[in-house]
Amino acid sequence: MSWKGLTLEQVKAGQALPDLPIDVTATTVVAGAIASRDYRPMHHDKDFAVERNGVRNIFINTPHNAAFFERYITDWTGPKGRLGKIQFRMKDSVFPGDRMVFHGRVEKVETDAAGCGWASLAVWLTVGEKTTTECTARIALPVSADDNPWKRRGDDWRP
Amino acid sequence: MAELPDDVKGWIGKKLYEQWGEFDVERGYIFTTCASVQNGNPLFWDEKAAQELTGGFIAPPTMISVWFRPHHWSPGRTEEAVPLQLHFDLKKRLALPEAVMTDNTITFYDPVRVGDRLKTYQVLRSVSDEKQTKLGIGRFWVLDVEYENQKGEKVATESYTGLGYRRAS
Repeated sequence: MSWKGLTLEQVKAGQALPDLPIDVTATTVVAGAIASRDYRPMHHDKDFAVERNGVRNIFINTPHNAAFFERYITDWTGPKGRLGKIQFRMKDSVFPGDRMVFHGRVEKVETDAAGCGWASLAVWLTVGEKTTTECTARIALPVSADDNPWKRRGDDWRP
Repeated sequence: MAELPDDVKGWIGKKLYEQWGEFDVERGYIFTTCASVQNGNPLFWDEKAAQELTGGFIAPPTMISVWFRPHHWSPGRTEEAVPLQLHFDLKKRLALPEAVMTDNTITFYDPVRVGDRLKTYQVLRSVSDEKQTKLGIGRFWVLDVEYENQKGEKVATESYTGLGYRRAS
């Protein structure tokens, strides 16, 4: 079966990824904390977050942030997209009541010496006018409809 | 400015907190994670897609740290267990009661498969001098976490930058 998704030839430098808006609630924050078994109180206890951390509410944790970025990128690529590297910098926290919006742009498209196709992406998360997280990602894409980056191992996989 | 203590200098570059995961990689947590971000990637939900594309179910790559986060309670444990113990050791030893993670880089190698039992260790790479930040006076540190599967194959390397700080009074 052929799975819906991008091949390398469909991706060009400068291309924008579709925006993804998400309205954050306390449940959003706590769902991510539960998923990552993160019991630190600043991710579920507003009093602690305000009084100890000096922020205005509970906030999204690091693994949850990473999981959102992965979802955003692979929603765009389809299931054959295979993450090689993801790097992100959290500049500010995301709180209940925020509308966070993921944005992305293709920075570079290349094929490595092993024949693997790669797209380098700039991805960023905003709340209102503020960029709360900046991210770069390198994701392998099939170079043809028959190719599958997930089959690569050893020296054929150079993330 | 406070000098970095010698014992903390001695931690830099050493393999610390080598440990096996407490349980095998399993689909329940994968579903919980996917649900928390509404990730509908068929690799995690559709057996036919998983078989055809990845040779069976795998875990979302960015879940890598999740497999080592301790449960809130376990029988016989007398002290609170925390993920990234080295991060908490630094907070305690450097008397920096608050901390946040600022940067995170993850490089992915072989996929993590359902049924794998993973192993990890932590390495402190650097600790900065004390700095004035918008949160208070603190230090930045960089620590790496390496992950392998039960066959000794590298599955990921994660690098964190943490900021430990004292709130301005």
